[in-house]
Amino acid sequence: MLIDVHAHFFTEFSGRSDWQTLNSARLQAGARIGITVHVASILGSWGARSPVYFPSPDDVARANDALIELMQDHPEIRGYCVVNPNFIEHAMSEIARRIDQGMIGIKLAASRRADDFLLDPIARLAGQRSVPILHHVWHHRRRDWPGQEASDAMELAHLAERHPETRFILAHLGGGGDWAHSLRVVRETPNVWIDLSGSGIDVDMLDRAFDLLGASRLLWGSDITMDTAWGKLRYLEASGATPAELDLIRCGNARQVFPGGAFQ
Amino acid sequence: MRVTDVAAFVGEYPYRELTHSSADWLIRQMDRVGIERAWVGYLPTLLHRDPAPSNARLHQEIASYPARLAAVPVVHPGLPRWEQDLNAAIEAGAPAVRAYPGYYALDACGPEMRVLAAAAAAAGLPIILTVKIEDLRQRHPLDVGTDLAASAVRNLMRSDSELRLLVTHADRSFVEEVHFGLTPRESERLLWDFSWIWGPPENHLALLLTTVGIERFTLGTGMPLRIPDSALAKLDLLDIADSERSKLLGGNLESWSALS
Repeated sequence: MLIDVHAHFFTEFSGRSDWQTLNSARLQAGARIGITVHVASILGSWGARSPVYFPSPDDVARANDALIELMQDHPEIRGYCVVNPNFIEHAMSEIARRIDQGMIGIKLAASRRADDFLLDPIARLAGQRSVPILHHVWHHRRRDWPGQEASDAMELAHLAERHPETRFILAHLGGGGDWAHSLRVVRETPNVWIDLSGSGIDVDMLDRAFDLLGASRLLWGSDITMDTAWGKLRYLEASGATPAELDLIRCGNARQVFPGGAFQ
Repeated sequence: MRVTDVAAFVGEYPYRELTHSSADWLIRQMDRVGIERAWVGYLPTLLHRDPAPSNARLHQEIASYPARLAAVPVVHPGLPRWEQDLNAAIEAGAPAVRAYPGYYALDACGPEMRVLAAAAAAAGLPIILTVKIEDLRQRHPLDVGTDLAASAVRNLMRSDSELRLLVTHADRSFVEEVHFGLTPRESERLLWDFSWIWGPPENHLALLLTTVGIERFTLGTGMPLRIPDSALAKLDLLDIADSERSKLLGGNLESWSALS
């Protein structure tokens, strides 16, 4: 089994006329790579009606609706519920409703800094419902970047330390920024797992993640570049990891992080 | 046709500790993924004021593998008597020379680089330019080397009708901006490594093979900074014939090298 814990799909409201081609391309490439399950999110309208990282409640709801439809049409797709924590009442009701509809995680992108207390009710609810939070991270963010209120690993760690009963996924170690900074942080935060997705394919990023955290803290994922994800999987398979360790990265850790029965 | 990686290195990287930097490791990775030959640069040269000693060190580092690893020395055209370094590369049988104008604080299409381009073209020796060594977002705060600009590539290509350039680590928009900003004849002298071009679901590489042409691309990995597996995974995700795959793995490089 191979679980991609960081996938995205598009809808007719995503502002791209090729949205169906993109969705098909992901599923076709997934079949070639051997992906069994795509755990995916749709980031609002992807900027068409509200910003990608600051989606409006209407866009959030419409995106989550669309993902529920995709889950119904494609049994290999599971869903993260996307919310914007700045609209906290909407976010809380949306999470409860979408988990009841079968979603298995929460996606927090960059609408609000991870260590902001506004996120506490969401983290608490995630723990109560036993679903993980996949949190977008800019590795060692030294300043604010346009278009997002990105968090780095230290800020996510503060949230995780306040909610030790909740499981967090630090998004895309290869997604940009200083990955070494993130590895130093999460080494001491046991309820944070690392997803290896992103276009970054540094040899020492993979070697150090494996050495510092061990196979039990690593999750495989693709984000928006499936070629790099497949490359990283191949590298790990050849790197001397045992079959048991590879199985953890491919799917075993995901089975532990996501609710029981999520991948049956 | 020999499967050839045009963007490999040995040596330590100035900005972070690499877990692997030796020629032995490079050969083991090449054997693992089926790469027969590599054009190899020496990473420390990036920041050295004078590349000549580093070029000599590069030859030493890869001396055990003459049939597999070809040294690609650096020429710094802002230095006195840089022609000697170019001549040394020619005498050593180098397949190309590298230049890092962004790390020399030189205009990438300024007078120094244009003179180097003319000299290399006259000698029939290609120049390798690298768009970026690392993603801008992850660089060391003191790594202020500038990315190569697409305009510089266009202007260099226009500066000498015999110049052959190999540009590594370019993404889709960079390739398109250069390719469609040159005449077809100018573009024939230009080769791109495809390691930084996205595969599915965006499928930038598949698109460029159609719009720019499969003949313009070749294999580069970026080892030991980057794993070699992704470049090959990109090919495995394409729907192309074995003959086209062979072009991308080395056939195009051989055709382009024979242009001189």
